[in-house]
Order: sequence, then structure tokens, then C-alpha cells
Amino acid sequence: MNSGGMNSRIGYIAFNTFREAVRDRVLYNLIAFALLLSGAAILVGEISIDIERLVVVNLGLTAVSLFGVVIAIFIGIGLVSKEIDKRTLYTVLSRPVRRWEFVVGKFFGLTGTLVVNTSLMAIGVFLALLYVAHRFEKMDVWVLVALYFIVLQFLIVCALALFFSSFSTPLMSAVFTFALFVIGNLAEDLRGFAKITQGVGGWIATAIAYLVPNFSALNVISQVAHGDAVPGRLILYNSVYAVLYAAMAISGAVLIFQRRNLK
Amino acid sequence: MSAESEVRMSATRRVNLVATAVLFLSMAGGMATLRAIDHMRRVSAAQEALYVRSSKVLRRMSLGYTGLLADIYWTRAVQYFGEQHHSGSGDFRLLAPLLEVTTELDPRLLPAYQFGANFLAPKPPNGAGLPGASLSLMKYGVEHNPDQWRLYYNLGFLYYTEFKDFAKAADVFAQGARLPVTNEFMSILAARMAQHAGEFDTARMLWFTTYQSTKEAQIRQNAVDHLLALQVDEDVTRLEQVVEKYREQTGRLPASMGDLERAGFIHGTPADPKGRPYKLMPDGRIEVQDPKSIYFITKGLPPGEATPQPPRENPPTSK
Repeated sequence: MNSGGMNSRIGYIAFNTFREAVRDRVLYNLIAFALLLSGAAILVGEISIDIERLVVVNLGLTAVSLFGVVIAIFIGIGLVSKEIDKRTLYTVLSRPVRRWEFVVGKFFGLTGTLVVNTSLMAIGVFLALLYVAHRFEKMDVWVLVALYFIVLQFLIVCALALFFSSFSTPLMSAVFTFALFVIGNLAEDLRGFAKITQGVGGWIATAIAYLVPNFSALNVISQVAHGDAVPGRLILYNSVYAVLYAAMAISGAVLIFQRRNLK
Repeated sequence: MSAESEVRMSATRRVNLVATAVLFLSMAGGMATLRAIDHMRRVSAAQEALYVRSSKVLRRMSLGYTGLLADIYWTRAVQYFGEQHHSGSGDFRLLAPLLEVTTELDPRLLPAYQFGANFLAPKPPNGAGLPGASLSLMKYGVEHNPDQWRLYYNLGFLYYTEFKDFAKAADVFAQGARLPVTNEFMSILAARMAQHAGEFDTARMLWFTTYQSTKEAQIRQNAVDHLLALQVDEDVTRLEQVVEKYREQTGRLPASMGDLERAGFIHGTPADPKGRPYKLMPDGRIEVQDPKSIYFITKGLPPGEATPQPPRENPPTSK
């Protein structure tokens, strides 16, 4: 099979995943987001003094992150199981499509959905910012960086959801992925605990602390809400880390899915 | 096996091989990147932790899991202090707010008070140089844990060492001594504070009680270092008094420790706690052989030499 064909097969699966998500009315969350943000922008203008920007950035970016994570988990966990239940997977795999291409295509389809969703939400955040501050400021560029980091978070969450769904039930996959999302947000503290633990326990704690996804460094919402800059090196490291972690989880999903008996 | 299934098998094997390689390489790369991220975020992580300083807001955000949140802030405080100390920075501005948030979230987290009593008050590079913040923290600790003699002890220690307020130190030690569960030294310390007497003995008792009252390795090592330093300071003071007596009796300074021994002032060759004999200098002063080997000594040093401090690579060890 040539690489052009392989890319087009992955692209086709990704596009279909995106189309299916849209058909499932996933983007309807944008309405809730728009209502939340416009309500907050109007309200905050009435009740807060000097912290309008802070509240809009905090609330907007937190909502982008949480909405996206929920979508990533609930779509991600059903990507494989739904295809098996509806028996459409057999049709796909009976064509010249490899199992790994199916997994990778699904991953790109889901992340694509989230990128589109996040981009639309980002427009909402900036419109709300413009409404409360009446103009854009230089420091608003860091809000873009925070949004980029949120997309990197989604890369990892999508990969994890797909990894768990490759061998577990949808419910358990959702539980595992959400648990890792929570733990990952405390990853720096977990490594802090590991550092002060002695002996074998310390080694085990360190290994676990490094294996769980690190979402702490990807969360710069408070920082940018205060107008603080994000170092260029952190942008680079976070990008590399998210890509590597997603690659690790997807490789795991591929290895499991390759061995899975689908009959 | 048909040729077609053989081709399929080898393709599957190839995919497995590539996926396994990607898995391990990305795992190793991810960990290396994470280390780099940790390295550059050491201080900023602590700063971010303090974007919300209100314990009331934090309590609501914790959804009732205040104990866990307090543990997390406590770990951040220890990490922050250790990393700032290790990097040679004398800037510990975030230590006080980190400990305040920790203890407001869980007022019964005793190690946080003990850490604050030991590392908030001393001047940089061994502490934050904030005796006032240390005092407020300890008073808050005593208020919320009135049955813990260790907190009275730490508060009394603070009054004695940082504020030289013997009356308040005596009062606090006496309050601690009256508790149902207490340490036998508390009443002795209260009496000594009231008398302002026996500086070395009092200091030794304080550091010994510090050592005895905690399991925190950094604080214990700090107490050991100070006890050794006290021993040297006391030995040197005593030996210099002996030299002075010898001079008064003979009209000249002793040429060696042997002269003092032959005159019956000392028995054997006096040595420091590390076993190295003290040196008698031509001007009658007493010096330690290796001034860098015993931290915090104030006596027995060559003229002009500063009090030796623990190296940066070691855990923070100062009171």
C-alpha cells in the first residue's frame, strides 16, 4: 500500500469522524458557551470593578477547556465501541484499511472536531473581551497562547480516551480518562510528593508521577488572566510534550487494537 | 500458510514493531521534556499556586476536600523552600503565604508550623528573614492547637532566639509545661528563661528539644549541626579561659596544649566533636583544625573568617 493511499485513507476516516460528530450535534455546545460568556460579560460589567478582563478570561478559558474535555471524553470513548456495536467497523476493515489507520484516523477526526470547536469558542472569548474592555491590548496575545495550550490538552485527552476505548467499555473508559485528567492537573504536586518520598515507594511514586499526563504546565489560564507572559521555551516544551504523549497513547491503542479479537 | 496470509502477518508484525518503538521513544522523550518543563517552572508553579490567596475561596474551590488541598500546599511550600535554597537564591518571599494558606486550610497540620518556626525567621540565605510572619504563624498554630506542647515550644524558641524576649519566652514555655501531655524540658526552659542564665546550657536544651520533638529530617539535621556548633563554642570559650589562667599563673602564654596538661589545667588533648584536636595559636587563641567542617560555629575561627554555613547541595539546615 503506498503512502499516498494510506494518507487518504486516514484523512477519509478523520473526515468521517468529524462529520459524524457534527451530525451528532456536538457543536451545539457552542450555544451554551455563547450564552454563558455573553451573560457573564454583561453581568461582570455591572458588578465588578477593574476585574472585568480577569473574570472574562478566567471564565472563558475555563469553559473552553471543560467543554472541550467533556466532548473529547464522551466522543473519544465511543469511537471504537460504537463502530463495533453498529457493526460498521467490519465494513471499514474489510476494505483495504489497516487497523492502525482506523485508530489514527479516528484520533485526527476527533482532534479536528475539537480544533474547530475551540476556534469558534476562541472567537467568542475575544468578542467578550472586546465587549468588556472596548479594545484589545498587547497582553491579549497570551490568551491565544493559553487557547493553544488548551488544544494541546485536548490532543492528550483524545489520545487517552481512544487508548482506553481500545480495550475497555465506554463507561470505564470515561472514568479512566476523566480520572487521568484530574490527576494530570495535579501532576506537578504528584511529582512533588514523589520527590519527598524515600526508598522503593519513592521510585514507584516517581514512575507514576512521570507516567500520568502533565496538564499542570498546560494550564496557564490564571497566568494570562493576570496579563503575565508565557515563556517561549514553555510553548516549545509543551508542544513537544503533548505530541509525544499523544503519540505514546495512540501507539498503545494501536498495539492493543491490533491484537483485539473483533469476531 | 498461503502467501497472502504470510504477507498479512509480516505487515502486522511491522506495524507492531513500529508502534512499540514509537511507544517507548515517545515515553522517553515525554519524560525528558517533562523534566525540562519542571526545571523552568520551579518558581512559577509556586507563584501560580498563590494566585488565589484567600483560604475561604480555596475552601469553596476544594469542594470540601480541604485536607487534601492543605497537603498539596504544604508540599508546595517544602518544594519551594528546598528549590530556592538549592539554587542559592535568598529570596523566600512566597514561603510565608504558602504556609499561611496551608495552615488556614488545615489548622492542625503541625509540621507546617514547625517548618515555619524554623525557616521563616532566620535571615537569608538560611531562611526568609521574616520573624514577624513566623511569630504570626506560631500564634495562629497555638490558638488552633492549644494542646500541642511542640507549638508552645516553637513559639518560646522564637521569642528567645529572634526577639530576645525572655519574659514572653518563659511565659510560653510555662504554658506548654502545664499541658497534660508535654515534655519534661518545658518547665526547665521556663525557669531558665526567667533567670536568663546558663546561655550554653539553655541553648543546648533548646536544640536538643527541637531534635527530640520532630521527625522532619531537615529540622533534625539543623538541630544536630547547631548542637555540634554549641559544643565547639563552649569548648573554645572554656579553653581560652584556661589559657588566660595559665598566663596569670606563669606570666607567659602556653606554647602548646602539652604545657596546659603538664600544669594540670586539662587532661589529654582536647578535640572538637569531629575528633580533630583544637589548635593553640601563638597569641593564645583556640582554633578548630577545619573551620569548614562544623557549621554555625562562632568561636574557634581564624580572624576575619565568617561563620560557616551548610553547602547549597545539602538540604536546608538552619534555624
